[in-house]
Amino acid sequence: MEVRVQNVRKEFDRFPALHDVSLDIVSGELIALLGPSGSGKTTLLRLIAGLERPTAGRIFFGDEDASEKSVQERNIGFVFQHYALFRHMTILENVSFGLKVRPRSTRPPAGEIRRRALELLDLVQLSGLERRYPNQLSGGQRQRVALARALAIEPRVLLLDEPFGALDAQVRRELRKWLREIHERTGHTTIFVTHDQEEALELADRLCVMSQGRIEQVGTPDSVYDSPTSPFVFGFIGESSELAVNVERGDIWLGDRPIGIAAGDNQGPARLFFRPHDIELVEGDAALAGVVASSRRVGGTRRVELELGGAGHRVEIDLPFDHPAGERSRIAFRPKRWQLFPA
Amino acid sequence: MAARPHAARRASPTNEPLWVRWALILAGLVFMALFLVLPLLAVFSEALRQGIGAYVQSLQSPDALSAIRLTLLVAAIAVPLNVVFGIAASWAIAKFEFKGKAFLITLIDLPFSVSPVISGLVYVLLFGTGSVLGPWLKSYGIEILFAVPGIVLATIFVTFPFVARELIPLMQDQGTGDEEAALSLGASGWQTFWRVTLPNIKWGLLYGVLLCNARAMGEFGAVAVVSGKIRGQTTTMPLQVEMFYNEYQGTAAFALASLLALLALVTLVLKSALEWRFGDELAATGRGH
Repeated sequence: MEVRVQNVRKEFDRFPALHDVSLDIVSGELIALLGPSGSGKTTLLRLIAGLERPTAGRIFFGDEDASEKSVQERNIGFVFQHYALFRHMTILENVSFGLKVRPRSTRPPAGEIRRRALELLDLVQLSGLERRYPNQLSGGQRQRVALARALAIEPRVLLLDEPFGALDAQVRRELRKWLREIHERTGHTTIFVTHDQEEALELADRLCVMSQGRIEQVGTPDSVYDSPTSPFVFGFIGESSELAVNVERGDIWLGDRPIGIAAGDNQGPARLFFRPHDIELVEGDAALAGVVASSRRVGGTRRVELELGGAGHRVEIDLPFDHPAGERSRIAFRPKRWQLFPA
Repeated sequence: MAARPHAARRASPTNEPLWVRWALILAGLVFMALFLVLPLLAVFSEALRQGIGAYVQSLQSPDALSAIRLTLLVAAIAVPLNVVFGIAASWAIAKFEFKGKAFLITLIDLPFSVSPVISGLVYVLLFGTGSVLGPWLKSYGIEILFAVPGIVLATIFVTFPFVARELIPLMQDQGTGDEEAALSLGASGWQTFWRVTLPNIKWGLLYGVLLCNARAMGEFGAVAVVSGKIRGQTTTMPLQVEMFYNEYQGTAAFALASLLALLALVTLVLKSALEWRFGDELAATGRGH
């Protein structure tokens, strides 16, 4: 089921949470709404679910205008950050809930409900735990029950709100891989909210990066990572270093020195962004050069903070961990790839 | 958790000398015996002073029987009404945002902060002979004051906060996540309430009902004002106890009083059992009474 969000605005007590957001979600894709807290990503998810009403704008499920429909009528599967499992029901009862509350005319017979619930528990690898209660399960298991419960109603769209937010790092990684597998097997259109860029990059077909109630960029993980269209996205996705520079006569200048990178036609102050690992060390003057202010080991490389020139500019670059540079050593480098944004 | 006993041994904040501890415990025990156990024992010993036969007989007097019947009737009306009201109010307060919420919460507490006698007097003012409502209702043959409806109204007013007070913090603590989950799974509002909300609050609700019932049966002040104390008609158990006592019918007074005391004991036992068994679920509610 494709979902179209059209010029949606949402205010809470006159405080805008979303400004004029539009987003087309392709049928069968796994898309991440990614952003810092307060960016409006959860609000957008809840609007799609029908748990909130938009102040303005429309939401379409396929060709059908779902804007005025209640959450029940939208037939979505929603997985909550804190699972929201019914604590007085067994796992089996939790998973069957959505089928049991259907009106008699569309409710499957009890045996059929039970069979399907057990099948779903098998899908989420929880067979044998159907008689337990939610408080007898671990966090990761609860999250899988929540997913099985949402899948039981055969939703048109699957919505997940920070699905792994409350889990520890190890379980998170496992569940991530597992969610990807489930998605490939069931083919549901899936939208999930996360503030964890690593999770979004690894899991999603497309990212929708949000900030302050607006969509900053939508695209595949590669395109968002390699060509961010705004300073925010560059800073938010992946590691980045930023320098305040000047563009004059086709060159980029830091203070009174050209840094050896050609710029376009734009003139005037600009912000230069590059990735710390995407640099090459060079000899000579026509480069960014500075002295090592601090360094620390990050995985297989060394992250070095350089102080450039006298103006106190500081940037981070990555060096091989066996690079001989010590405190106060002088290092010259050039970004291999970079991006300029007008200041 | 595991570190606690160890830490306690090293630097306990209650590491007083033995004699201080025992002195404090003794003071507590003496105080409790003097003010709680002794009166309770007195009630039962007075009631049974002339033997079990006289005790049973005095409970079977028409006045006593009518008082017991009336008390049960009043509680049977007031408690369910307050349960419905309490659930509705706490549902609204805990699950929705609206203007005037803080005011509503304060209003619910009003009966706790007003003297019960005043609560009774308000009904006298509302339905008395000098009021507008009273004579108008009377012209249709409806008696409020000095009749059962007045007693029921006063009791409802006084016991109004018990259920709501118990449920509001509990429901606020539980939030709306479970309800949203139920709705997203296709459940209607009613189904969500019966299958999700109510089971989540059932122990807190039972606790509130117990307290509400104990107060409904034991209320004296407000009921005394509106009842008119018509013997055999508008005297509840507490009122009848006072009447017997004033008429020097010690055994009858204490026999009836012992029933009320028994009710209190049963309530306490049930309450403790609930707390012991479902302490986690009740913990969210700030104990205020």
